[in-house]
Amino acid sequence: MRASKVIQIASKGLTKNKLRSLLTMLGVIIGVAAVIIMISISSGTEAAIEEQITGLGTNLVFVQSSFSRGGFGRQGGGGPSGGLVYDDAFAIADEVNGVTAVVVEQPSIETIKVGDTTLDEVGILGTTPDFPSVRDMTIETGRYFNQTDIDRTQKVAVLGATLAEELFGDSPPVGQLVTVGNTKLTVIGVFEEKGLVGNTDFDARIYVPITVVFQKFTPSQFARFMGDRVGVIYVEVDSETPLEDIILQMELLLAKRHDVSLEEPDFAINTQQDIIQTQEATTAAFRNLLTWVAAVSLIVGGIGIMNIMLVSVTERTREIGIRQSVGASPNDIRFQFLAEALLLSLVGGSIGVIVGIGGAYIYGEFGEMRTVIVPSAILLAFGSAAAVGIFFGFYPANKASQLDPIEALRHE
Amino acid sequence: MQDTAIIEIIELTKVYGMSEVQVRALDDVSLTIRKGEFVAIMGPSGSGKSTLMNILGCLDRPSTGQYFLAGEDVSDLDKTQLAIIRNKRIGFIFQSYNLLPQTTALDNVILPLLYNRNGKESDEQQTEKALAALEAVGLSDRIEHKPQELSGGQMQRVAIARALVNDPVLILADEPTGNLDTRSGQEIMAVLSELHEQGSTIVMVTHDDDIAASAERIIHLRDGKIETDIQNGANSKRKEAKEAEYEGK
Repeated sequence: MRASKVIQIASKGLTKNKLRSLLTMLGVIIGVAAVIIMISISSGTEAAIEEQITGLGTNLVFVQSSFSRGGFGRQGGGGPSGGLVYDDAFAIADEVNGVTAVVVEQPSIETIKVGDTTLDEVGILGTTPDFPSVRDMTIETGRYFNQTDIDRTQKVAVLGATLAEELFGDSPPVGQLVTVGNTKLTVIGVFEEKGLVGNTDFDARIYVPITVVFQKFTPSQFARFMGDRVGVIYVEVDSETPLEDIILQMELLLAKRHDVSLEEPDFAINTQQDIIQTQEATTAAFRNLLTWVAAVSLIVGGIGIMNIMLVSVTERTREIGIRQSVGASPNDIRFQFLAEALLLSLVGGSIGVIVGIGGAYIYGEFGEMRTVIVPSAILLAFGSAAAVGIFFGFYPANKASQLDPIEALRHE
Repeated sequence: MQDTAIIEIIELTKVYGMSEVQVRALDDVSLTIRKGEFVAIMGPSGSGKSTLMNILGCLDRPSTGQYFLAGEDVSDLDKTQLAIIRNKRIGFIFQSYNLLPQTTALDNVILPLLYNRNGKESDEQQTEKALAALEAVGLSDRIEHKPQELSGGQMQRVAIARALVNDPVLILADEPTGNLDTRSGQEIMAVLSELHEQGSTIVMVTHDDDIAASAERIIHLRDGKIETDIQNGANSKRKEAKEAEYEGK
């Protein structure tokens, strides 16, 4: 029989039971939509990570406090050990070869007031003068604070673009006063818009000299033992000196300063590469999970198709007998039912593609994660649906083809 | 041509069941049916007439013995080859019509043409053939009707058109009037008689003596064997008279 006739007969068979066909396709629809949404989300996440990494600037090394070896436990000894302190940053800048800039960040959260405008829980970032260059941010108006401001604990602030807009609207913020917590700070500059990097909004924060954070915005109950501790030191290095050398120098320096052994350090040094790898591993794990979910729903969809096709073969035994009596060979019957299964999965697949693209789009627009719709994902999903149709359609189709025409004709 | 054997079965046996509980549905049957014959097969239930029909129709294969259909040995063909024989050589007419439901008379008649192996006919040619077959059974005005919209007699005529459409060498009718009232039954028998007069070879199973009387040869089966095989005198004479009439013209 000609292929066009087979398809015609198959579609006729399916439209006879529209609701049943639709319900049967549901599994495939969900599976295909899951594949597309899954790939869209993980591609979106990858793109976000890549942006975040470029947003960090180049040639960065991160030095972090690590309390896993009892940094807090040692504070009773009164020694310098117990995590990174502000002065470590200067030591690194002064003593390690190949370091071009060092930035220290210490975040906090406070309420900000300007006139009648009050904003709760605004992120404060205490940093050092190299912050704009290391983090690749540009001052739009005014200036960034310098070392003198830090040394003197000047009560000055630089605003992110959206924060400046929220607080001052159209009027120029530079020279104005903002009340952060209980402290009045003078605005000396505003950043250009940078946008979201990863999950951090650089434009919604207020930037102050790190010494101001130590003095004013570290909760008093922590101040006694937090002192001038910092969470992260960003070290920008030049590209000529081997990275391993720089890291080794830093390790030796910090171990000496903290009076700890290299085997049990109270700090951790990570390169950008380390962070990329960690995040890639997370994305991969996420993608693996979703792949399994998609695979399982496609298989469940396939079983649904097989189930309905088996019912259909039983219901239509007499039709099969009639077709056999007028000359349909086992292959003709097999193709007919295989075509029906394939048609179910392909129509289901097409609907799934539409649902998947729509779902990925809606999720990207209104959800928390970014999505990128990948054309190859659509092909993959559609291909899987077809494979499911053939694989799960084969058994019922084969069963139909092997029916004995005499028995089939006798079937009521 | 009148002497060409359409059906030639030699020492045909069909055994059902395994090992000890065997049923010999057909027991060493030999039979020849020539082109143009109209044969009725009769017999009580269990006599083997259904089994014989199934084998003649290439729906089943004999256990032993040989079956030549129009000179071709079809005793040992596989399922696909049997399907091809059924498609090209045989037209079936069933007691319960066996039309596809939800399918128009025309599409039901086209059905065998769809399974033509080297089918080089266009859709239009197939439709033309089917329309001709429907016209031959007097149903030109019912081509777009579905089986549930037709009377029993009309359904059976659609089935006859379907049996004819591939121009078979043998028409097998299994109780063709069994589900019909007397009048519709007579109409169907008239159609079959006309086909016979046009030269078709027809083998019909029936338990009704009146229906069997239309045939020119009546075979009685009992316990898987041919009990009697007689020429139906009245019909033979009528036929001879007709032939004489034709020759006279």
